[in-house]
Amino acid sequence: MSRVTKFAARDPGPAARMAGFVAHLRDNGLRLGVGETGIALDALTHIDAANPNDARRALKSVFTGCADEAAKFDGLFDSFWMNGGRVKTRVTPTATPSQSENVHSTREAEAEADASGGAGDISAPDGGEGEATSDAEGKLVATDVTNLFKKDLRDVVRPEDIEAAEKIALRMGAALRDRRSRRRKAARKGDQIHFRKVMRQSIATGGEPFAQPKRHRPDRSLRITAICDVSGSMTVYSRIFLAFLAGLMRADSRADAYLFHTRLVRITEALRDKDPLRALARLSLLADGFAGGSKIGESLNTFANTYARRFVDNRTVVMILSDGYDTASPDGISTALVRLKKRGCKIIWLNPLKGWDGYEPTARAMAGALPHLDLFRAANTLEDLAALEPELARL
Amino acid sequence: MTWKTLQSAMADQGYIASGDLAMALHLSLSLGRPLLLEGAAGVGKTEVARVLAAVEDTQLIRLQCYEGLDAAQAIYEWNYPRQLLAIRAASQDGETGRSVEARIFSDEFLLERPLLKAIRQNKAPVLLIDEIDRADEEFEAYLLEILSEFQITIPEMGTITATSRPMVILTSNGTRDLSDALRRRCLYAHVPYPDHETELAILVTRYPDITDRLCAQIVGFVQALRKQDLEKKPGIAEMLDFSAALMGLGVADLTADPAILQATLTTLLKTQMDRDAIPTEIAQRLAGKAE
Repeated sequence: MSRVTKFAARDPGPAARMAGFVAHLRDNGLRLGVGETGIALDALTHIDAANPNDARRALKSVFTGCADEAAKFDGLFDSFWMNGGRVKTRVTPTATPSQSENVHSTREAEAEADASGGAGDISAPDGGEGEATSDAEGKLVATDVTNLFKKDLRDVVRPEDIEAAEKIALRMGAALRDRRSRRRKAARKGDQIHFRKVMRQSIATGGEPFAQPKRHRPDRSLRITAICDVSGSMTVYSRIFLAFLAGLMRADSRADAYLFHTRLVRITEALRDKDPLRALARLSLLADGFAGGSKIGESLNTFANTYARRFVDNRTVVMILSDGYDTASPDGISTALVRLKKRGCKIIWLNPLKGWDGYEPTARAMAGALPHLDLFRAANTLEDLAALEPELARL
Repeated sequence: MTWKTLQSAMADQGYIASGDLAMALHLSLSLGRPLLLEGAAGVGKTEVARVLAAVEDTQLIRLQCYEGLDAAQAIYEWNYPRQLLAIRAASQDGETGRSVEARIFSDEFLLERPLLKAIRQNKAPVLLIDEIDRADEEFEAYLLEILSEFQITIPEMGTITATSRPMVILTSNGTRDLSDALRRRCLYAHVPYPDHETELAILVTRYPDITDRLCAQIVGFVQALRKQDLEKKPGIAEMLDFSAALMGLGVADLTADPAILQATLTTLLKTQMDRDAIPTEIAQRLAGKAE
């Protein structure tokens, strides 16, 4: 085991160190408030805090809130408290521009944050030399496919695109949201009287109906889950699609986004960043392997087996943005789609190639996928995406 | 009590808890905070609460969540029919309206539901809020209020403050994402599928008279099965059912009779697709490698 971090002699004490650790976690995407720092210090008084393993377990239960966070916590803990016996000079990083929410982010601000953040900030790009400083985010990229020329997505997508895409995504979201359930449910305001409730409540008043409970048809809005292909063959269209995803995330708080090339990555959290440029910077790190080969079947299968179980139900529209060119065997695609379909969702496939004159979905992958799709459309540009709106409303 | 003594106390009750889980439980007890347990179905989340109640020698109060669960079913409700009868009886006895009113809005006519019951116990109970992800988001918000204040307001009676703070355990299968607010109020522990040693320990604790050979075979087989591409991976509960079935059938060796193994797979695989995915040959191969 690596040795424990040493702290400088003028270090202000355990409380400050804990605050430093919380700042370190925050930099790495855990959402923690001041309250948690207090609880953590409190928790340490109930255990043998000198034992690193105990402390790790205790802090894990306090600071994490979901399985993903729990999985990456150990790495973050080690990088802060177990840096091989080196001396940590400053435990609490001074507020960097990247930490304040309303900053107008520029490349300079990012670079500055990088230089001063110190403790392995995975949300900032690391200038392209070598690995990122933190080992917390596993970067397992399949090596058998040509990939891994690192691309800064900020060069690919411009903020203006995102703004335009956001408007379209808003409209699309609205088209999908306008759904009503057939069943009526009790509600404060409604178009019908809830007779069962009237009777029940009138028992309390000796059979006299005093209150008049109402019922209405509740909204059953659909949620969009977008899965975007960023493999080599899609590079030309990536700009539009990524902008669209970023816009979608900002417009609809329930939407969900993934991208895949040879593996699948969830990018929802990264794209929710308030600063569009920083969102893309975080994305570039996640999208390692951008423009490599694509394994559509495998990625969709991973999706169907993992995330879909949590996030896809009969009120979800799964939107796949891909050209259907698979470097691996295409058989996986239809099994994955069948599996997804079983969860009761709607599946839309937007294929940029379909816009070409005389295009036939002959790629074997595409042919296998067709029977399971609710909608198969072309989409090359933001305008195309905007034109989808009436079709979505009909779904 | 340290987390290690808690861990061994739980082991005495037949529950093998991982270090992470025991620590989270220990902190939840000593800090008085709710504990959120997440994990796949059948890894023993609900069992944690039952065992904790046994360790603390206290009552277990369980609230099973479902879609449409509302305050009347979770907190309290007035017993209307009884109130009406009481009013009828009172009018015959010539009791005055005011005294009747005071009487029918008293404890006697109050139906306690789990949440109210949990905060009115003399000895702090274990309150298990099972499958919180199935309840509506509105209910989640309401629950938050109770979990932070530990008091419930009944308009006719006033505010009821907790006589003892229950130990709250929430479980979730992840059918929907829980709100950040709820996650922040709680300590968190993820309950994974057990590793090989833990699962062996669980099996031996539950069925002490199982032979070592069969025990190793069962655990190896189930662990291998979990690595297969299945819709629903078998949990610990399924593994225990499987063992019980094998022992009931008097099987001493998993590889001995392919037909029996295939028949007992019904305790492990619960969908048609999973059954089809594990034909006799694969089951035999997994069982052969399991030792």
